Amino acid sequence: MSTIPGRRIIMVTFLFFLLLPIYWLVNMSFKTNNEIVTSMHLWPYQPTLANYRTIFTDESWYSGYINSLKYVIINTVISISVALPFFNLYSAINLFDTPWAVALAHCIFNVPLAVWILEGFVSSVPREIDETAFLDGYSFPRFFVKILIPLIASGIGVAAFFCFMFSWVELLLARTLTSVAAKPISATMTRTVSAAGVDWGLLAAAGVLTIIPGALVIWFVRNYIARGFALGRV
Amino acid sequence: MEKTVNQRAWFLVLPVFLIVAFSAILPLMTVVNYSVQDTFGNNQFFWNGVGWFKELLDPHTDLGERFLASVGRNLLFSAIILAIEVPLGIVVALSMPRQGWQVAACLVILALPLLIPWNVVGTIWQIFGRPDIGLLGYVLNRIGFNYNYVANDLDAWFTVIIMDVWHWTSLVALLCYAGLKSIPDAYYQAAQIDGASRWAVFKAIQLPKMNRVLLIAVLLRFMDSFMIYTEPFVVTGGGPGNSTTFVSIELVKIALGQFDLGKAAALSLVYNLIILIVCWIFYTVMTNAGADRPAKESVK
Repeated sequence: MSTIPGRRIIMVTFLFFLLLPIYWLVNMSFKTNNEIVTSMHLWPYQPTLANYRTIFTDESWYSGYINSLKYVIINTVISISVALPFFNLYSAINLFDTPWAVALAHCIFNVPLAVWILEGFVSSVPREIDETAFLDGYSFPRFFVKILIPLIASGIGVAAFFCFMFSWVELLLARTLTSVAAKPISATMTRTVSAAGVDWGLLAAAGVLTIIPGALVIWFVRNYIARGFALGRV
Repeated sequence: MEKTVNQRAWFLVLPVFLIVAFSAILPLMTVVNYSVQDTFGNNQFFWNGVGWFKELLDPHTDLGERFLASVGRNLLFSAIILAIEVPLGIVVALSMPRQGWQVAACLVILALPLLIPWNVVGTIWQIFGRPDIGLLGYVLNRIGFNYNYVANDLDAWFTVIIMDVWHWTSLVALLCYAGLKSIPDAYYQAAQIDGASRWAVFKAIQLPKMNRVLLIAVLLRFMDSFMIYTEPFVVTGGGPGNSTTFVSIELVKIALGQFDLGKAAALSLVYNLIILIVCWIFYTVMTNAGADRPAKESVK
């Protein structure tokens, strides 16, 4: 691949630009509120874990993370499975205030996306493979499970990554459709703004914790990211 | 043979239709229903015809003025971020290291902003830009700019735009990178034999090959930036004044703040239509631009 002059500098500058605000958030999450408001240091002078301790010990905080993960996973599973027309659709009654409500609402944008990505992968499977399989006496379901799915496995991974991504970052629907029991973390975060002002340290710590699952998921699919972003069409 | 396969495909896509109908078409029809009615509470609805739409598109009414102003702001915003993010994304994609562990590291860092929940993105920049506790605001004020995004229209715009660039340039870069990766080495070797300059390689090989992914990038970025809500809502709340009130923020104000369901429904339909039309224009223009190219090549 041909590249441009000064590419190292460009890349480093851009990555620096991406990481700096995140670093600042991490930095703040280890500071006490007093230190945040009164001083301006590039790293915490009196590092504290108090903000994280609050989140992990207070149920109203950590349940937010659990709810988020629940609906993100449900949504990913639904999107992938209907987009790969394979399972029957689960029909649920009494949806309000359950992770299902949010998961189904997120299907609005995830199902078409999953269809789009998977279509790219499926259509890159050569037609001869179908024909050979039928000549060998494979039934359609058997062909689907034994041949097609393994061939597009990386595509399924990529689509799952995208569904996770879009479901994870969404706040608006999640907030409107849930009241208390199924509140996701992104909605819980608004609690740091109270009458006494904003609890900056706690807010920063909660923010850092929402970045971690995303970072983990990226790490697992890193080899497929580029292909996935081209929606399997390259 | 082909016929049976096609027929079976209809059954296989049935679940998709069902779930899209349940989660997209039903709510949309509710909105259509609201948009032609007026309500005085109590769940009583009255037929209002196209009244809301007329009011919405007439700049002399209060609603129309607010709507058109926010559409204008939003179009300006989308234009600015597209003008920054697309070239920057291409440059970053061209600067990607070729092999080794750096590739994986760069990809992971690039993808990081995309996986941060949007309100956390808002929070990050809200904190980062504050003159008292944020690095950006502090440094800008230190070197002599009177930067305060809460009080200044221009600073608010600057913050929202740089936030969007931070958040989404990676998407464009990753798409372009995927496009570049698919170019066979033979193309570059041929270019080298022909003695093509760096710029010629870019124009004749890389850009055409990225055409398709760029289309996706432009469409996605336009749609997302035109529907932007969470990040500016968290950072500026639409202010100062109305300077960063984008269409979605206006919509939520009307729908939930004043509970004018009819107006809000009409607004969201028109909003939806604008997005569809602009995307259709982009799509047609860009696919046509790609379509003449193979023809030319075959002539050669």
